[in-house]
Amino acid sequence: MNITAILKLVPDLVEELEIDDKGTGLDMDWLRLIINEFDDHAVEEAILLKERSEAEVTVIAPDAEGVDDVLYTAAAKGAEKLIKLTGDFEDGVNNHALARAVAHVLQNIQTDLILTGVQAHNDLDGSLGPLLAEYLHIPYAGYVSSVELNNGNAVIKKEYPGGLIGEYEVQLQAVLGIQAAEEPPRYVAVSKVRMAMKSATIEELEVGELDLSGGPEISRMFQPEVAERATMISGDDEEIASQLVEIFKEIGVL
Amino acid sequence: MNQDIYTVVEHLQGQVSDISYSMLSAARALANFTGGNVIAVLLGHNVEGLTRNLAADHVLYIDDPKLAEFTTDAYLKALAQLIGEKQPRAVLFGNTSIGADLASVLSVRLALPLTYSCQSISENGQLTSQICGGKIMAETPLSDLTTLITIIPGGYKPEEGQTTVSPPVTRLESPSLDDLRVWLKQYFEPEAGDVDISKEPILISVGRGISNEDNIELAEELAEALGGVVCASRPVVDLGWLPTSRMVGKSGQKVKPKLYLTMGISGAPEHVEGIADSEMIIAINSDPTAPIFDFAKYGVEIDLFDLVDVLIEKVEEAKG
Amino acid sequence: MAVKQAEHAVDFSRTFYTSLFDVQDGERFKNCIQCASCSGVCPYGYLMTMPPGKMIAYLRAEIFDKVLSNDTVWMCISCYACTEICPQNIPVTPGLMTRAKEELLLAGNVPNELQDALMNSQRYGNPLGESPRKRALWSKGLEPEITIMSKEKRPVDVLWFVGDYASYHPRIQITTKAFAEILNAVGIDFGILGPEENSDGDSQRLAGERGLFEMLAEKNGQSFSKYQFNQIVTTDPHAYNAIKNEYPALGISYPVQHYTQFIYERLDDLKPLLKGNGHTRVTYHDPCYLGRVNDIYEEPRKLLQAIPGVELTEMAHNRSTSLCCGGGGGGMWLDGFQWEKAHTRTTEWRVRESLSVGADVLAVACPYEAPRFEDAAKTIQGASSLAVKDVVELLLEAMEDDAY
Repeated sequence: MNITAILKLVPDLVEELEIDDKGTGLDMDWLRLIINEFDDHAVEEAILLKERSEAEVTVIAPDAEGVDDVLYTAAAKGAEKLIKLTGDFEDGVNNHALARAVAHVLQNIQTDLILTGVQAHNDLDGSLGPLLAEYLHIPYAGYVSSVELNNGNAVIKKEYPGGLIGEYEVQLQAVLGIQAAEEPPRYVAVSKVRMAMKSATIEELEVGELDLSGGPEISRMFQPEVAERATMISGDDEEIASQLVEIFKEIGVL
Repeated sequence: MNQDIYTVVEHLQGQVSDISYSMLSAARALANFTGGNVIAVLLGHNVEGLTRNLAADHVLYIDDPKLAEFTTDAYLKALAQLIGEKQPRAVLFGNTSIGADLASVLSVRLALPLTYSCQSISENGQLTSQICGGKIMAETPLSDLTTLITIIPGGYKPEEGQTTVSPPVTRLESPSLDDLRVWLKQYFEPEAGDVDISKEPILISVGRGISNEDNIELAEELAEALGGVVCASRPVVDLGWLPTSRMVGKSGQKVKPKLYLTMGISGAPEHVEGIADSEMIIAINSDPTAPIFDFAKYGVEIDLFDLVDVLIEKVEEAKG
Repeated sequence: MAVKQAEHAVDFSRTFYTSLFDVQDGERFKNCIQCASCSGVCPYGYLMTMPPGKMIAYLRAEIFDKVLSNDTVWMCISCYACTEICPQNIPVTPGLMTRAKEELLLAGNVPNELQDALMNSQRYGNPLGESPRKRALWSKGLEPEITIMSKEKRPVDVLWFVGDYASYHPRIQITTKAFAEILNAVGIDFGILGPEENSDGDSQRLAGERGLFEMLAEKNGQSFSKYQFNQIVTTDPHAYNAIKNEYPALGISYPVQHYTQFIYERLDDLKPLLKGNGHTRVTYHDPCYLGRVNDIYEEPRKLLQAIPGVELTEMAHNRSTSLCCGGGGGGMWLDGFQWEKAHTRTTEWRVRESLSVGADVLAVACPYEAPRFEDAAKTIQGASSLAVKDVVELLLEAMEDDAY
């Protein structure tokens, strides 16, 4: 049994984001890239499944600054195979193009279950998971918070608002969009990642020219006005409490 | 292609979700630009009653036992056929575990462009999406082809998409729904017997900043004094300090209280999505850079342990 | 099957025990007489399933694998009380406790809060998860302007290693700015690394992440090597400990002083500027990594005594018996976890001690301490009048006409 986890790196929101000169995209020079949090969960879920069922885990990621480290960390967690997609990924790539590229690569890889994060915060033309599933003509279910393998199918729990959970059976091969792994992504000691750097290898696959159609035609990208910021109430505890009580009275809560 | 705007209604366990109504309001804004009608699309089995309050010009209702509960495969087959046949100007989906699952797949299946995470639609038909945790806004125009759009809460109020005059309903035949690859086994309800926070007018919400479980008592006391109820962001629920029924956010409940008072909540986008319809948000957080202050009407930058006892006192005083 | 497991467990115990001998003075573990003084003096020993003394007993019985499935080792705050009291001079903290945490970390048994701090240290060079670009933001607007080495590219006399919390935490930025003023007052030519400074890594090392410590140390070593300076001075005892005692083994060797030593040497220049602000009863808390670990007890006291009007009074636990604030060894990032287990904090104990000697001010000299003691003071009856100040803040206050 083979499980593939697809991950991508996204802008780290800890740093200030800047708009590029054209005004239609992010200034890539200033970006720090980190693993998409939901993809981190997808990798964790893949490893958890491997630990329960003797599956093999393959991790695939498009080339980006810092991706090698992320792949080696996945290896340190237990992933057997690491694949880096090389191509024109430097300025970021829309999800349609990425999904096409990954679909193409997966046609030559024997895999039963594909896990990826249910979304990424910079998704503008849909999410990678469902786009990929359709390019592969296989079923998709998203917002998954647990996966079990059962006789060639996956039994999943899907999250709905209000804490409602739906349990579904999904025919494999399938793509699942992971909302949360069954355990929070495990910590890997730096020494273990360094060991993985020596023992694991990253296979590089060239994806050729990217087909960007279906992606967004951004006419303008901007940062929202900060004018929306809260009116700060100041003073000592007594003064603040009094002001809050006044506000409560104003809105009819008191 | 006609100039109509379709919205895919979301319903679970006999209830139409708030996002569906918000979408209808958004659809009206877009329809004003295109000059078409707002058409609500309802898929299900024996749920015609759910069309009652939809503020749409018309409802297309596809009834089939296999559509009784949401599954990606069944809904996709029905919608793919409908959209491919009718070719509306745009189709709106909720950015939810129903709508988001559908929109991307349909984008590929029907080779139609998709704009994600749309918060508002301008008078000249520009779609403004909110990405990167709310730090970046991106404007995209309507495409020449049927444009698929997912809508996030906050841009349009659910009340705006509701009506007392029920729209006309046309019942349509479902396409064949054989060879489904995803099927529902069962639902798990959240812990019952508790409050329904989505209906509460006064909410005191606690986040990771309360430091430990014992401090929830403080929030409970304040809630009691104000006649409200305690709820929480996801991390607090994940730690087991409050049940899932009290969780507010993308994966929890969407709430629309008169007062949403936060204590120790940083304001991550997943949480903020659940409070976008609140009337008044007041945030208490000792970290002045916490994003919650960008969403609150009033903010207090103070260690909540300094404030809460005094606040409870003053509230009790005011009650007389 | 059961036999196989037992064999593996024995292997693990033996390998671990043997690895202890590689630590400096590690051979002394063989001399443990099981007196349990370590377990007894440990602030959280009563909560650990396996306090230090018992760990050594388990090692000898070759059943040490049990430690991997237990999380109470994370109650250890690396305060060195055990190491200090051991009659056989066994290096309990650096040898046993740190090594045990290393094994737990490798086995994935790590509380979430700590994981975040370690992840942040890796990614951003500080455990708080703040942008490294903002590391010197605290210095913006200060007059005279603080020299940031990468901008000015000139030799300085003193390289001031500021530290994580001193750079980013609002409460400790007060101390940081105060120290800048003092350095200017005694005419020191100094510079800081700013964004090129990474966490010293010592607390991460003591929390079991040796690899991360080495990575951070290497980065700091590279930053140091770019510039010319005569010595390093730091306001952080953990950074002091790392640079003095741990970095040289990695080939990074510079003369370093804690600020109390540095200022004490220049007390004659500073003293005329100290006016005092009336009578204050001050008690001094010896930070673990300044006092117990590095034997610096007198210089901070001499600085306090140089302030006119200060009456220095000692708590029952002082110097080598000082009570840890709980921040070391990862403790700063285990608050929630430790609270769940203990429902009490070491800081509360210390604040009560301050009150019992009638102190107006609890003086500290480590960045972890001020916010921790201030939080405790809020929850203790009668402690609202107790001020917690770094020695640097008290010195600055004494230089000004009105209170800081």
